[in-house]
Amino acid sequence: MINLEIPKKFKPLASQANQVATEVFRPISRKYDEAEHSYPKELDMLASLIDGMNEGSDIGGAGAAGVRREKSDNGDNRNGSNLSTVLGIIELCWGDVGLLLSMPRQGLGNSAIASVATEEQLKKYGGKWAAMAITEPEAGSDSASIRATAELDGDEYVLNGEKIFVTSGDRADLIVVWASLDRSKGRAAIKSFIVERDNPGLKLDRLEHKLGIRASDTANFTLQNCRVPKEALLGDPEVKEKGFAGVMETFDNTRPLVAAMAVGVTRAALEETRQKLKEAGVKIDYDVPANNQHAAAARFLEMEADYEAAWLLTLQAAWMADNSKPNSLQA
Amino acid sequence: MTTTTENKGMAERGMGYGLRALNRLAGSDLLDRIRIRKQVEKALFQGTKNGFKGATAAGRAFKATQQLGKPARQKKGKSSGLFDLSPDDEQQMFQEGGRSFAADQIRKAALEADEKRETPKEILDQANELGVNMLGVPEELGGVMTEQSAVTSVLIGEALAHGDMGIAYAALAPGAAATAIGLWGSAEQEATYLPAFTGEDIPAAALAILEPRPLFDPLQLETKAKKKGDEWVLTGVKSLIARAKECELFVIAADAEGIGPALFVVESGAKGLSVEDEPAMGLRPAATGRLLIDKVKLPASALLGEGEAKAKDYAACVNRSRIAWCGLATGTAQAVLDYVIPYVNDRQAFGEPISNRQGVAFAVSDIGIESNAMRLATYRAASRADRGESFAREAAIARKLCTQKGMQIGSDGVQLLGGHGFVKEHPVERWYRDLRAAGVMEGALLV
Repeated sequence: MINLEIPKKFKPLASQANQVATEVFRPISRKYDEAEHSYPKELDMLASLIDGMNEGSDIGGAGAAGVRREKSDNGDNRNGSNLSTVLGIIELCWGDVGLLLSMPRQGLGNSAIASVATEEQLKKYGGKWAAMAITEPEAGSDSASIRATAELDGDEYVLNGEKIFVTSGDRADLIVVWASLDRSKGRAAIKSFIVERDNPGLKLDRLEHKLGIRASDTANFTLQNCRVPKEALLGDPEVKEKGFAGVMETFDNTRPLVAAMAVGVTRAALEETRQKLKEAGVKIDYDVPANNQHAAAARFLEMEADYEAAWLLTLQAAWMADNSKPNSLQA
Repeated sequence: MTTTTENKGMAERGMGYGLRALNRLAGSDLLDRIRIRKQVEKALFQGTKNGFKGATAAGRAFKATQQLGKPARQKKGKSSGLFDLSPDDEQQMFQEGGRSFAADQIRKAALEADEKRETPKEILDQANELGVNMLGVPEELGGVMTEQSAVTSVLIGEALAHGDMGIAYAALAPGAAATAIGLWGSAEQEATYLPAFTGEDIPAAALAILEPRPLFDPLQLETKAKKKGDEWVLTGVKSLIARAKECELFVIAADAEGIGPALFVVESGAKGLSVEDEPAMGLRPAATGRLLIDKVKLPASALLGEGEAKAKDYAACVNRSRIAWCGLATGTAQAVLDYVIPYVNDRQAFGEPISNRQGVAFAVSDIGIESNAMRLATYRAASRADRGESFAREAAIARKLCTQKGMQIGSDGVQLLGGHGFVKEHPVERWYRDLRAAGVMEGALLV
């Protein structure tokens, strides 16, 4: 049965997230935009609250909690954690994207851990704040060509390389680092490793100054003979082509979340514009053809249509993930 | 080749302009020099014959065969409360039927239908056999759908327009009149007109809203219905009606005295009705025509819904029409995508497939993204309509996307094929013209 409305069962979650955005994020939004690199301490209490929300419900949290591919018991339609997380993020980013990215224990690394970790790893690293380190100075979107290396030495892996653009890299407890076990084997040899933030081999080089999302810290690191236990490797240590596909699957789950951030800010901008146009006496009419309306109203309709397109495409990608449908294209 | 193209152009410009042009043409020695005078004259005769204003179709006698105490209505759809993009079983059946019909027959007939400005009768018959024109007929009157069918109609429109939008318009237009009567008609109107749409010989019919003028607004109609005693007197012009000459029944939008915009049920035999040819850049297989309404007298019972006619119903009708056109635009946009992907992968330039160029690859992925967004926005509006929720905003958004992105997709489809996209060897030029049409149409189709 085709239905593109927000599922009833997620409405309380979306409304809670909206309250957080209204009461917590928006009042301090400008403050941390101006005070770049200072830690938004107001979020600590909120993070505990959200941990509680995650514990107490089976529909995912309000933020970037992990999104796991869950097998549906039967062929029935499923609205699960991918969709609920997208909805939560949209509301929170309607408040402020930088602050959402700064939420303790809601990092992209947490998503990766939640998506592919073993039970032991989940137990060991659960409840911690995990950032994600993929990008290097020479490898951005082309994540298959990363140069950081991991070498097995006894019971430990030794990591070497340089990582940039690590969101929450300074504040997180853990950094999930992507590195190659054997650079001659290409993408099949790329694995992710959990590195404790206080590991002496992990050196913070600097924090970036940015155009936006200034409340969130963006860190650059050097890994210098950084030793981690063998058990810190996430997922399967075997070098095989399928392995990388698994890693990329994380992206199929997390790209809709990033899209949700943009959708949230867009909605905020759109609502502000709608209000300003209303104050200026411009009426937006959905029945009258756009060409017969005020140019500003016609432009607004165009913007709203683009917003709705982005919103629907994001929900679609998340819904497909919830229903174990291949969504690389949509994501 | 040149001859036929020129001739067609002549015949289509309408009589006034045609005669002026004819004068110039007749005086030119160019025709004699290239020895085509005879053909031009002959074609002109044909064109004139078709181009002149003519009477509406004779039409059948519509008669109520049963008495309904009150109007029969399809039930509102229910929501499971979950986000879901999967059509139900019945919808899938219609969708698959429509898709294979489009692939096996419609696409193959499209080029010739475009040139002849005619949809083959076999195709119209088969569309009727698929049940596409009875979706809006309540069960009590022989319909098959118990619940409202906006989503189902969209899915069918999308499937047929993947074959060809003009043929889809020709095939689906009668259903618009039936759906309007099924949604808002009185018991008497339903009993009189709807059974005809469930039989074998389904009449050509039209929902006539669009008027031929710039910045047309369906809420500000120039077609007027004046009250004269117990009668209504209608005067105005309606534009781009599918198979206008064949239509036996019209549902006509007019600004009704004391009511505002409203719909009237008018049989083709009504005195004062006439049709004239109105060829357009797109939707050519639908043989579009104008309906001229000259002081047509109608009984009070011709007002759709009679005493119950409401402004909000008319607004809903306008928006439901827009959703229907969005369905067609989505289907044709998908056709463009499905056509250009293999083309850009196969086509070699500078020693490699042109899809290796970002300028090409980005254009193709934009088509993929936008056509998908068009689809989702259209489904959302249609599903809200089926459930009886407000849908004016969602319909406006779907229309905005389908108009703007649809036209862009049509244009990019041509551009990606370069010079090959401009010639009729490939269907993309036709899709470009049709996607342009979807942006200006009002009324005519209904979900």
